[in-house]
Amino acid sequence: MIPAAFDYVRAESVAGALELLAEHGDDAKLLAGGHSLLPLMKLRLATPSVLVDIGRLSDLSYVRDGGDHLAIGALTTHHAVANDPLVLAELPVLAHVAGQIGDPQVRHRGTIGGSIAHGDPASDLPALVLALGGSFVVTGASGTREVDASEFHVGFLETVLGGDEILSEIRLPKMGDLGWGFEKLTKRAQDWAIVGAVAVRLGGNGSVGVGLINVGSVPVRAAAVEASVAGGGSAAEASMHADDGLAITGDVNASEEFRRHLCHVLVHRALDRTLA
Amino acid sequence: MDVTITLNGSDVTHDVEPRTLLVHYIREAAGLTGTNIGCDTTSCGACTVLLDGTSVKSCTVLAAQADGSRVTTIEGLAETDGTLHPVQRAFHEHHGLQCGYCTPGMVMAIVSLIAERGEHELTEADIRLGLEGNLCRCTGYHNIVEAAMAAARAPELRS
Repeated sequence: MIPAAFDYVRAESVAGALELLAEHGDDAKLLAGGHSLLPLMKLRLATPSVLVDIGRLSDLSYVRDGGDHLAIGALTTHHAVANDPLVLAELPVLAHVAGQIGDPQVRHRGTIGGSIAHGDPASDLPALVLALGGSFVVTGASGTREVDASEFHVGFLETVLGGDEILSEIRLPKMGDLGWGFEKLTKRAQDWAIVGAVAVRLGGNGSVGVGLINVGSVPVRAAAVEASVAGGGSAAEASMHADDGLAITGDVNASEEFRRHLCHVLVHRALDRTLA
Repeated sequence: MDVTITLNGSDVTHDVEPRTLLVHYIREAAGLTGTNIGCDTTSCGACTVLLDGTSVKSCTVLAAQADGSRVTTIEGLAETDGTLHPVQRAFHEHHGLQCGYCTPGMVMAIVSLIAERGEHELTEADIRLGLEGNLCRCTGYHNIVEAAMAAARAPELRS
């Protein structure tokens, strides 16, 4: 399978990438690691006429200590995130989740920012960022803005990123050794989750954040589960609210009924680990 | 566009369309057909090569993205006198293949896995997990894992 023809331009700096986006407008698409975009282009489900390759902007590949949070450059690969000493110490759940994306070859190329900006509700990272209450730094010609994770994904493969903006940094509160749990069901090791759930302790006051993967058009925060735990509910009780209010649909991988069942079971398991 | 790649140690330049995939560059422009195309959907790993030393699926990388980089294919592993790379030798000694179609990708993935282990001693579980992106439709995984275990013990690959 070969993508439809396109023009290829390589950005040498963030400023240069922004100029190229401004020049090519809506016809342009940013290329980072390409492990979400290129498969779609090969299937001709995406046919951008210009690719702006930002894959070499090494100044967007980093993990920095931001005090109460970690700041992660958008072009940091999943492999680098999963093996970063700061991430392993301060956000072990992120190292774990990043280390389970795709397979080693995919993790060598795919980037944290590319995955999040692509916005596939079946991807694992957006749900984790939601559960943690993280935020995104967006860079445009007029400067940067910070967007709360809960406001970033607005539809299937759709985010609040403007056509002339770049997701440049991901900010996640440190967890240290607070509890967490991540569960996903896949048919084969490297597959996307049929359903996934991630739970994290938020601070020392017993509250939890819970995110769900692949249960709608956007990543979902399971607010009813969080409220149940905050109100003293057990993992078993809280997890029964995992699919509250969700418009879950069936597809070739799983019926609606099975997906709802998975929401309960996987949230239960993730909470058990988190609260242990 | 001109794409220059240091392919198995030699600089090659070919004028290709921007949409040319790295695997097509390797097979068709550079004429090295040891790298196989299996699923063409980032799943099977038959097209695995090393890009600047780490394993990638060359069906999901544009040749343009590899411009100026080092690429190693299965043809680039053995010494020029024909001495096999320790991973190739282990596949030979442990009969790590049946039909052989997945073999180049398996070998390249294992080379990368061993290079990345650092001080860590690779276990069988590490190797099975590390090969989750490489499918063998003969299901001949047992001897592939045996070969990888043996290669990981090869003195030449000790850092």
